[in-house]
Order: sequence, then structure tokens, then C-alpha cells
Amino acid sequence: MTTENVFELDGRPLRFEDGETIFEAARRAGTAIPSLCYDPRLNAFGGCRMCVVQVEGIAKPVASCTTKITRDMVVKTTTPKVERLRKTLLEMVLSENPDRQVSADRGLAASEMNDLAQRLGVRRGRFAGATSGKSRPEDDNPFILRDYDLCISCYRCVRVCAEREGDYALGVKGRGFATQITAGFDRALGDSTCTYCGQCVQTCPTGALGDKQIMRFESLSAAPETTRTICPYCGVGCSVDLVTKGDRLVGVRPAMDGPANKGALCVKGQFAYDFVQHADRLKTPLVRNEAGELTPASWDEALDRAARGLTESIAKHGRKSVYGVASGRAPNEAAYAMQKLMRMLSGAHYIDNCSRA
Amino acid sequence: MSNPLEDMELPDVIFCIGTNMTECHPVAATRLKRAMANGAVMVVADPRRIRLAEIADLYLPIRVGSDAALLLAMAHVIEREGLVDEAFIAGRTEGYEAFREHLRPFSPEWAAPICQVPAADIERAALLFGRADKGAIYYTLGITEHITGVGNVQCLGNLALMTGNVGRPGTGINPMRGQNNIQGAGDSGAIPANYPGFQPVVDPKNAAKFERLYGRSFDPEVGLTKVKALELAGRQIHAMIIDGENTVVSDPDAHHCRRALEALDHLVVMDIFLTETAQLADVVLPATSWGETDGTCTNTERRVQRLRAAVPPVGEARPDWWIAAEIAKRAGLAGFDWKDASDVFNELCSVSPIYHGLDWERVAEGRYQWPVPEKGHPGTPRLHEDGFVNGRGQFKLIAYQDPAEVVDDEYPFWLTTGRRLTSYHTHTQTGRSEAIREVLPEERLEVHPEDLQRLGVKDGDAVRMTSRRGDVTLRVKATERSRPGTVFCSFAFSNVPVNLLTGSGYDPITDTAELKVCPVRIEREEAGLPA
Ligand code: SF4
Ligand code: SF4
Ligand code: FES
Repeated sequence: MTTENVFELDGRPLRFEDGETIFEAARRAGTAIPSLCYDPRLNAFGGCRMCVVQVEGIAKPVASCTTKITRDMVVKTTTPKVERLRKTLLEMVLSENPDRQVSADRGLAASEMNDLAQRLGVRRGRFAGATSGKSRPEDDNPFILRDYDLCISCYRCVRVCAEREGDYALGVKGRGFATQITAGFDRALGDSTCTYCGQCVQTCPTGALGDKQIMRFESLSAAPETTRTICPYCGVGCSVDLVTKGDRLVGVRPAMDGPANKGALCVKGQFAYDFVQHADRLKTPLVRNEAGELTPASWDEALDRAARGLTESIAKHGRKSVYGVASGRAPNEAAYAMQKLMRMLSGAHYIDNCSRA
Repeated sequence: MSNPLEDMELPDVIFCIGTNMTECHPVAATRLKRAMANGAVMVVADPRRIRLAEIADLYLPIRVGSDAALLLAMAHVIEREGLVDEAFIAGRTEGYEAFREHLRPFSPEWAAPICQVPAADIERAALLFGRADKGAIYYTLGITEHITGVGNVQCLGNLALMTGNVGRPGTGINPMRGQNNIQGAGDSGAIPANYPGFQPVVDPKNAAKFERLYGRSFDPEVGLTKVKALELAGRQIHAMIIDGENTVVSDPDAHHCRRALEALDHLVVMDIFLTETAQLADVVLPATSWGETDGTCTNTERRVQRLRAAVPPVGEARPDWWIAAEIAKRAGLAGFDWKDASDVFNELCSVSPIYHGLDWERVAEGRYQWPVPEKGHPGTPRLHEDGFVNGRGQFKLIAYQDPAEVVDDEYPFWLTTGRRLTSYHTHTQTGRSEAIREVLPEERLEVHPEDLQRLGVKDGDAVRMTSRRGDVTLRVKATERSRPGTVFCSFAFSNVPVNLLTGSGYDPITDTAELKVCPVRIEREEAGLPA
């Protein structure tokens, strides 16, 4: 008997934390037990049983995502029995699903189920029959696609909305094969308490929920790349991954390890990024001509004119005749450069930012 | 914020005042909802029945601009009931005796008619907060955008000090910053009172330091605020540079603001769009946008994080810092030879005591919250843990003061302004998403159904709304979110420039405009809306 928190995983001793589940400890140790209804940010649910493992002394395989480790427990994650069980379960799930590949673009976890099927070597169609779930093409909100033909009733969307967002916009109707995810009481999302934060989309493991904004760019063939940055809107400072295809900004994904948001986003950060490559963007400097119109100019001309106006003002009206306003939306470097410029120009502290309005 | 965002899941009593957090800081609000799911109690004071009010355990629909009265009365009850933290007061604060005397007349019965909420509810709010083990206060512009903004914040400070809700997990006085880098703009020195890192310009040591660093001498007195500078436009101020701000739509008293900018000899605007403000400029310089710019920003919990470019800039757009540096060089100034954003940030760190332990590499993962005084320092998620920077916490003797303008027969409605979930600021960014426009097609004035009935106006009808400074026309939306006598709209839509109406007064200390209160008159607009 050890006195420490140690159990045995696949023949090797492993430390665990009080209250840790087999699934979590295995994950920490680099053993990826298959799962479908698991999302690390949500309370363990135990719905899909894809994560079953064999625990010594217990006849039936147990769901590792809900089973807490006890000292000296002996766990095997890959016995022929659990592997068979997982395959059968997955085949059943897939059989209720149309044989249709959806783009991984749909959401952060959209290809989770397909990847698992490949990993376990499960093909669709063994139980081929009617599909469960009914799509909601009539929910014409511009953000979230509800393609419930693909739904496997893992409830991740319902749970993320309740547990993480606290919005309770999604619910469940019916049981078993007839289970249907609903918004409010079977309405469109727009008529529910949904705030279009997109969290349900990002946790859905099948693509049954899709990010309609990023899906606008599905036909672009370039491979998607991501860049970590911070949301441009409010002061919470949520971390996001920008998705680009070539030079095109196609979408935004929440960063699960973002220190301020831990994977959460709101509708602005998630969906309102079109301004970046909008046709209205200013593309060249403009200067006002004799006729009083703003006309395109070279950088050299515009910068000279900008600087000259400032120095002329100082020459004519004294150093305290120039003033600068920095942006509360531009980076620190912009504000720093602006304050240095204004202080150096005038020697006065004639600089402010937009926080006072 | 004095405390980290993480702490928002820890309080046992949450007091939100003047913050529409579920719409303006939605992700922060999810943390409060989780705290509530874990048993925390929430008290909300706001003139509008916002979503937070709906989920609160106790909601006080206070009249706009009556915040100080409520806070004084809560302090009164906490004192009367002996719910103060004696040890904290003795060990960490100053001026409690005078404060206690000061509070005497401010009973809930005194405050009730001012706030227009029952005295019993004020009493309950005070008891809940006073009895909290971990009580946390959250506020936003609903507290500060008043002529008494500073006093309001000090009232919140008093509440936190008297109950010892400072410097511990799940407590604190927590303003939520509205714009992604409004915190960073101040940190970086773009304010008239401080050099970078909040080093006061009036301190000769700082003046000497920056003289050495920048190679020129500086005035020993605080500069002008933007509000004052606009007032002096055409008289003292003749040239201005504005970076990324749509001043003529976002600022109060828009007519005055436009006239001020027009009175300048020279206006330079850097922005990503040709905004209403840029249209007035002599020179417009295209800046790179978010998504195209490398840099850093600082969030509401003082966390310094990296911004990264993911796509090339459109057209010839250049980073703001580069534009400012080029103007400086052409004006004959030295010290602007930065190669890239990391150069600029590293210089900021070198001159700022609160960023001194940071550099470009160190902020790559956003792990640090300032102050980070030296390399190797872990950062400071929670302020005031072992003491206040300026010694002891001071109780401030604040009196209640009416808003600059109050309702009367001519202007019988209180207008209060703010933001909505799907729009941000003047909507120049959010409004360029078709999807957003689909769910928020136009601005509507939110009015209580009883008021609409009295006005003889139906949901969706057009009205003209007039203040002492100007008028706008827009459609109304019947909603019980507004209390009778109070109406709401946002400043997101340039075709409803509600800031033509606002600007009745300014906080004398910060020059923050009273954007949250403006008496108005509302009439049916027979002509309908202009197409
Ligand atoms: S919609 Fe997606 S997340 Fe929701 S239950 Fe169905 S498969 Fe799971
Ligand atoms: S995603 Fe929403 S809450 Fe997060 S920073 Fe952006 S605007 Fe704020
Ligand atoms: S992952 Fe464990 S039951 Fe679904």
C-alpha cells in the first residue's frame, strides 16, 4: 500500500489529484481516451460512453470521464472488450447520422467525431437507417447554422450554454432516437435568450452546429492558418485565434487557453470581424486640396503636410497651440508614440485619449 | 480593476452598479453568472431593467444620476448596524471618524425619494453587502459619466474600505474598461497629468527623468484635457492630431464638437475608415487595422497581451506608431527611430515603472498583470494586498448632488445612453458586418409602454427627441426595460447622433461628460423618418 495518491494506468503507476477522474489523469499523462460528450470546460456528463475503460474488480467497463480515481485503482484503457464496445457504440451513433462529410471550418471541434471514427476504424452505414434530429433551415439567424441531421445528442451545446454562458438558451426535447436540441421552446435562436456568443458552435463535435460567418469562405481552397491575438472590442481582452486562408481573414475562433476568457467569446469578438477587409477601408493618405476636397496623396506628401501644419501652428501661435488625441482602441505602441510626439513637439502635456467621452 | 477577472467567480456578494455587463463585457458577466450558480448573491442598481437586473437577487431601479445617494445610504446602514470591518479600518485606513459623522443624516429614508426606490430595498442592499465575507463591486461608465463621477467612485471606495473588501480574492472595486485598450492608452502616457506608467507630470523628479530620456524640458503643470482643448479650439488650440477616434459622433454636444474641429487651422486624423471626424480633416492618414498590426494592449485587469497581424494591411495603410514617428521626424524631432512595434514597446517598458519588468518577449503569452516592477517579478493580479501605494486608504466625505440638468415641464424625460450587445462604440467596426446589421438594423429609443401611451405613440412610431442642445428623430421601442420617465438609446448609429443632445455638464476633476443623464422632450414625429 502506498500512502500517496497513486493508481495504475495501463501497467504504469501514475499520481493523481484528489477528485480527478480517470479520463483527466490519463489525458494529463498523454493517453487520449476516446470521447465524444467530453469538453474539458464542462462538468462531466457520462452520456456517450465512448470513454469506457476496464477497472480491476469491476465487471462492466466504466465511463472514465465520470469515474473518480481511488488510491491503488488498476485501470486498463485498451482491452479488447472496451475497444469492441467503443466501436459498437460509435457505429450506432454514426448509423443515425447521414453519411456526409462536413467542413472542419464549421467550428473548433467540428471534426471530432469524424476523426474518432477514423481512429477507431469505424465506417458509417452498418446500421444504416433513418437519421435522428431535424435540421432547422428556417432559423435564418446570420451566425449559427443548425444542421441537426448531424446531431448525436451529446448535449455539449446545451451544457456550454448553461454552465459556461449562464444563458440557458438551448434545451432538449424528447428522448432516445427522438431527442432533439431546441432553442427555448422549439423556436428560432433569435426568439430565445441566445446572445449569439457562438460557444455551442465551437463545442459541437459533429458540425451539426456551424459558424455561418466562417462558412461563407468554405470554397476558398487555401489551407486555413491561425494567428493568436486579442479581441478588438471591449476591455475584457479575450484571446482569439484569427483564421486566415491566404490573405483573407475568414473567421475567428476562441482561444481555450486565453487567460481572460478561457475559451469564451461574445457575439462581437466571435463574429464582427468583417470591418478589417471591408471595401470602405482607407487605402491611401488623403489631403485637402485648394477646392476643399480630400484627394489621394502619397505618404510623403501627406506626412510632410501633417508635420508642416503642426510646426507652422507652433511658429504662429506658440507651442501650446497643438494638441493630440490618442486612441483607446489602437495598441499601446500607438498611444506611446502619440504622447511622445505631442510632448516633444510642445513641451506641454497636451495629449489625451478617448476615455473621457 | 483592483482584482483579476478570475476573482469574479469568487465573491459571495456581488454589487453591480451602473454596468450593463452582459451586453458591454459579456465574457466577464459569464463569470458572475457562474459565481451565482455557486451560491453568490447579486445586488444590481441601475436605472434600466437590464439582463443583470433580471438575474439579480435584489434589483434597485434607481433614478439616473442618484448613485451617490444610494451609496451614502448603504454606508449609513452598514455603519448603524455595526457591519464594518473594525480591524481593517484601524489597520489600513484613515478618516473613518469624520466619515461616520458625515454619514449620520443619510438614512435610507433620506435617499429613497432621491433614488425613487423603497427605503427597505436600500436597507436590504446594505445589509447584504455589509454582511458579505467577500463582497465585490463592479461598475462602468454608469458611475463615471456624470458630473459627480469622481465622487461616485469615491463613494464606492468608502463602501469597500469600511467593509474591508479590498486586497483579498473575490473582493475589490472593479471598473470594467469599455474599450480594448483604453487602459493601455493611459498606461502609455496618453493623458495630460501623467508620463507613461502614471508618473505625475507635476513631480519634478519625473520631469527631470523625462528631460534626460527625451532630451528636452517639459512643463511642470498638468496639460489640457481633450474637453478643454476642444473648448479652446480656434482660440488657443489651432492644430490637432486625432488617432482612431470618431470624436464628432462619440463625444457629447456634437454640434459644439464639430464647430470646434472646424475652427482649427490644421486637423490630422489617423483612422481605418473615413469617419465623420476624418471628413473634417486636412490630412487623413490610413492606419493599419486590428488583424493587420503587431503590438500590445492592456485589458481591464491590467493584463498586457500581444496583438498579432494575421493578414497584410489593405492598400498603403501603415501602423499608427509609424505614422506618429514619421510626423515627428518631419517636424525635426529626434528619438523616433523605431524599427518595429517591439522597439516601441520595449522603450515604453524602459521608461514606465509599472511595465519595467516586461518586454516584447515576456508579454507573448499574456501572463503578466501590471505592476511588474522588475524582471523576474510575477506580476500583480490583485492590487492592495499588503497595503495601498499611497499609505492608508482615505475615506472621502462626498455629498449627493443633482445632475447638471434635471427634468422639468419642458424636458420631462430622463435620457440615458449606453451600448448594446451587438454594437460597439460608434459602430464603425461592428456596423460593417452584414450579419450584425441584420440583427441590429437601426437605433430605437427604448420607452416604457405607459409613457408611450401617455405620449400617444405606438411601438415602432417615429418620434423627435429634443434636449437643450439639439434634437434627433428615431423610432421607439416599447419595453419595460426602461422605467417610466426614463428612456434609453445608444450612440452607435450616425443617423441618430444622440450626442447632439448630451453634454449638459462635466465632472470638474476629470472633465468626463455627463453622458448618462440628459433631460429631453419626446414628441411624435408626424413626418416620419427621413428615408
Ligand atoms: S448540436 Fe452538436 S453539440 Fe449539440 S447535442 Fe448535437 S452534436 Fe452535440
Ligand atoms: S469577445 Fe466580447 S467580451 Fe471578449 S473582449 Fe471581445 S467584446 Fe469583450
Ligand atoms: S466522454 Fe465519457 S461518457 Fe462521453
